[in-house]
Amino acid sequence: MSALIHALFARGLFSTATVPTAAIVGALAAVSASAAGVFTVMRGQSFAGHALGDMSAAGGSAAFLVGVSPLAGFIGIGAVTAGAISAFASRGRRARDVSTGIVLGAGLGLAGLLLYLDTTRSSTTGAAVSVMFGSMFAVASSTLPAVAAATGFVLVCVAALYRPLLLSSASGELAAVQGVRVKLAEAGFLGVLVVAVALSALTVGAVLATALLIGPAATAVRVARRPGLAIVVAAAIGIGSTWVAIVLAYDSYYWSSSHAAWPVSFFVVGVIFVTYVAVEILSSVRSRRAKYRRARSVRSTR
Amino acid sequence: MFSGFMVNTWLAGTVIAILAGVVGFFVVARGASFAAHALPVGAFPGAAAALLLGTSTLGGLVIFTALGVAGITWLGRRARRDIATALALVALLGLGELFLSMTSEYAPEVESLLFGQILGVTSSEVAYLVFLATLCMVAVGVAFRPLLLTSVDEGLGQALGIAPRRGDLIFLAVLGLATAMAVPIVGTLLVFTLMVGPAGAAQLLSPRPTVALVLSTAIAITTVWSAIALSYRSGWPVGFFVGGIAALVYVTARLVTAERSRSPRDTPISQRGQDRHESP
Repeated sequence: MSALIHALFARGLFSTATVPTAAIVGALAAVSASAAGVFTVMRGQSFAGHALGDMSAAGGSAAFLVGVSPLAGFIGIGAVTAGAISAFASRGRRARDVSTGIVLGAGLGLAGLLLYLDTTRSSTTGAAVSVMFGSMFAVASSTLPAVAAATGFVLVCVAALYRPLLLSSASGELAAVQGVRVKLAEAGFLGVLVVAVALSALTVGAVLATALLIGPAATAVRVARRPGLAIVVAAAIGIGSTWVAIVLAYDSYYWSSSHAAWPVSFFVVGVIFVTYVAVEILSSVRSRRAKYRRARSVRSTR
Repeated sequence: MFSGFMVNTWLAGTVIAILAGVVGFFVVARGASFAAHALPVGAFPGAAAALLLGTSTLGGLVIFTALGVAGITWLGRRARRDIATALALVALLGLGELFLSMTSEYAPEVESLLFGQILGVTSSEVAYLVFLATLCMVAVGVAFRPLLLTSVDEGLGQALGIAPRRGDLIFLAVLGLATAMAVPIVGTLLVFTLMVGPAGAAQLLSPRPTVALVLSTAIAITTVWSAIALSYRSGWPVGFFVGGIAALVYVTARLVTAERSRSPRDTPISQRGQDRHESP
């Protein structure tokens, strides 16, 4: 029995101080990403969510340059980006697509400049990689209160915006008829998205933040019909993925003789992606079988 | 600025600008900026894998671009396209991170892949660029009609006998080809910005596809030329200037066209057919 436990959970997993911090940060980020992610998926705003994540690379490198906490950099740049995207985007889905692209392009250019300045001023070439691909294990335990507060903010906002968002996601006109102030609800949602993406970026790194935001939510929307339930399912998948990833990252230390642990963010993304593909295949098999059964019952009644 | 090693930079920049201007026209018309961003970024892990294995960078880029196209198409059968794109992208990037972690030697290489290394292009690279650009242009020329029709309206394409799935696949293949060739020289970021910015501005300025296509190419070339010049003078990365100039051009186009009265004929094709069918 203890051999099995040792095979599953590598030595040192439960005695290292970074693991509890990583587990808590991962879980909180997964919860807020799910709450924001289900609406992002339903509204077809994955690109905006991804753009915010990529942009936090600029925020991270700016924070690196100035010397403040990366979370502050992520949220700050996210607010600017969300403002720019919504200022541009007024006319229809495809216009929104282009304006998101423009803002993202300009922002990534800025990130390139900031990283260039990082490397030339402080001659640390690893800045790009550490900002782009963060790690749960690198989060300082002193950031925990800020992470918890941000998660609380996301949950309270989603609860407050739940009905207006749901209505305006289904149909803007319907929402307006029901007395919902659509513009206000959308602006509020962008604010929620900024904070949720910042937390994801802190957990899995700027370029992979999309995985935590979209992956569990897209899977949950497949399984659960009601949005509230989908958020719960997504949160469960997200928490499960981050925790499994932590265990696997520790295990991977023993996989090769060179004792180089694989990055934890890779496992987070891997577990999320595999879960999505598995659900996709299962549901397509089930719907095909249902179609077959229906066809057969039609034939037998004739 | 125009002597010796800089000649190749100007040539490569111009070839890529022409290509990005043309392909970008379809990116904007189809509302596919996310795919145009995801394919180059998703190809980058291929380069990382090639560096790890010591094989050719181009091979890695081509394989990963193909994986990206296949992933977006397969996942997009039943999910919305933006979700399929997001998932394919993060899966590839996750692999990229794994490859990067396995070796610790080439952080500067990574940065140049992301942000471009347009200064220091060799003559053989220029020749190769011209070859692939020609290939891409021929592909666009041959598939011009189905590409344009399915971009304007999927229903229209279907009525004329072009399956929407096929239009998508042709488009993604051209996009992928353009991506794989441009990434090693101009970086993942520059390709994407050059595709979206100039074409977005051009389609605001002219409602006619052919005019917009020419305009988009012209703006892309101007953007690249000024970016190279500014980068040469300041020593800052060329990607920063391309991103900035592209955004500036687009904002200017928005301000100019906001004044105009909007008759239906003036609506750019990127905003026609808004109610086009999105698979659930």
